[in-house]
Amino acid sequence: MDVIEAVDVRRRYGTGCEAVRGVSFAVREGEVYALLGAHGAGKTSTVELLEGLARPSGGRVRVLGLDPRAERARVRPRTGVLLQDGGLAAELTVAETLRMGAGCVSRPRATDELLERVGLAGPRADVRVKLLSGAERRRLELALALVGRPEVLFLDEPTAGTDAEGRREIWRLVRESRAAGTTVLLTTHHLAEAEELADRLAIMRGGRIAAAGTPEEVTAARPSRIRFTLPDGVAPAHLPLSVPAAVDGRRVEIRTERMQEALTEILLWARALDVTLDGLDARAASLEEAFLDLVYAGAADDRDGEGWPGRTGYGGGHGNGPGVSA
Amino acid sequence: MRPVAAGADGDAAAGFAAGGTGRGRAAAVTDRTLSLARAELTLLLRNRTALFLTFAVPGLFTVAARGAVADLDLSGTGLSTGTVLVPASFGFVLLLAVYATLVLTYTARREERVLQRLRAGEPGAAEILLGAALPALALAVAQTALLAVAGTAAFHLAAPAAPVLLAAGLLSGLALTAVAAAVTSTVTRSAESAQVTALPLVLVSFVGSEVFVPLDGWSATAREVCAWLPMSPVMELLRGGWTGDLGAGGAVRALAVAWAWTALAAWTVRAGFRWEPRR
Repeated sequence: MDVIEAVDVRRRYGTGCEAVRGVSFAVREGEVYALLGAHGAGKTSTVELLEGLARPSGGRVRVLGLDPRAERARVRPRTGVLLQDGGLAAELTVAETLRMGAGCVSRPRATDELLERVGLAGPRADVRVKLLSGAERRRLELALALVGRPEVLFLDEPTAGTDAEGRREIWRLVRESRAAGTTVLLTTHHLAEAEELADRLAIMRGGRIAAAGTPEEVTAARPSRIRFTLPDGVAPAHLPLSVPAAVDGRRVEIRTERMQEALTEILLWARALDVTLDGLDARAASLEEAFLDLVYAGAADDRDGEGWPGRTGYGGGHGNGPGVSA
Repeated sequence: MRPVAAGADGDAAAGFAAGGTGRGRAAAVTDRTLSLARAELTLLLRNRTALFLTFAVPGLFTVAARGAVADLDLSGTGLSTGTVLVPASFGFVLLLAVYATLVLTYTARREERVLQRLRAGEPGAAEILLGAALPALALAVAQTALLAVAGTAAFHLAAPAAPVLLAAGLLSGLALTAVAAAVTSTVTRSAESAQVTALPLVLVSFVGSEVFVPLDGWSATAREVCAWLPMSPVMELLRGGWTGDLGAGGAVRALAVAWAWTALAAWTVRAGFRWEPRR
């Protein structure tokens, strides 16, 4: 059964800007589904429609088979929401915040247990929200989303503003929810997060879905890539015509769905000319490439896509995607 | 899972059987509103600006106004220093402890995205706004009672001649100022600017609605126009409640004007209250 359904959904803001331009996807019961994309791709705008915070200007949204706005009294007791940013009163303590949250739902969980689960029990429970770290705040917000025993969880950038350890904690909590049968829709601009958590994902760009499916499906639909430097004395015109090569100065890039054939062609050509191909590099499409390709099309080469989460570190919070400045 | 119809035993049983808590809808609404109110009371007691507005300013203004009122020539108005000052102190409470405080509260909660998160949950719009207002409203009622007792003792006032009108005036004033605060908050960008955006209504009411002093020496036309201001009927009812000088016709007219303003404000809130921060 599809627990979350979006059919040709559109959202236009008062300013005339259309943030969501015909998005369709469905999330099955018990599944973790990720909307992946850069800032401004329309992820939050889409999720807000499903949360019932805004009305779509076109198309149809259903949660648990119901309209999240018109039938809010029947939908809300079964959903939990983590906003992209904030939602906590700075001067309340952790325990006071969760007590208020528990007082606002039909079937509250025991708050002590929940605090334990998100690692905020004990002395941290009496700390004011304004003194919490970004990761603690996020865990408290997640506790608020979970306090009503939701069947459906909306998590808008659940690890925004957290460090590597905080991120793993949140991932653990999301996995626990999934194991308990909760359906999860999350947004992220980090590929690793989607790979880590999602059963299926949709890559969004410019208010549209650019690709969707399981990570394998998304990858399979992308071309492989061969690169090398054009040897001295060889003009681009001499490249074999059968391979679709793009030349930028001396750099050659070939994108193909038939890598073996293209590579054979190139190697035979090089042997015939008796030249060495410097910087020869052939790789099958990875989810990362698909992601960089679709999200930051055209400029993927300059991106340090592998920098997250392992190497160059995580810019944190509300910044842009991996090493991207736009 | 939650029973939808109010209160009936069958619903409660169904809710229980389904793993719910077996409460009726009305009880759930009350629980949620009180839960929000409890948190908001905690926040109010931790906010210095709100505390000052709520507890100190109305009293200070009343003391400050005392000298001015004592100098007034009230002969022929049927009023005394006490029957001017005590209703005025109620006006201060309504405009500062309720209106200005709630503009601040609503705006702060919106900027923190607390309102947006609550909107994504079970509580309805009215529950959220009422829950946030309840502590200020309850404190205002307590404070007016205190000021009435203190004023009566200080000026040797007789008991209010028309307590029903007094209560109606207070109730109308509470409703009007709370709903007006939600309207003002909609055009307020931050908690800091709340102190500015709340000023127009406060100042207009101080002068035009005769909160501070009666409109002596104003032209008949000006007084007629001022009688239609939002807080004017409230002040009329409060004063009339003490003196008993407001006839049935005047009372009905005042109530109609006060609730017409409240309804207009409520309609504005319904149509355009901002739940998410202005960016």
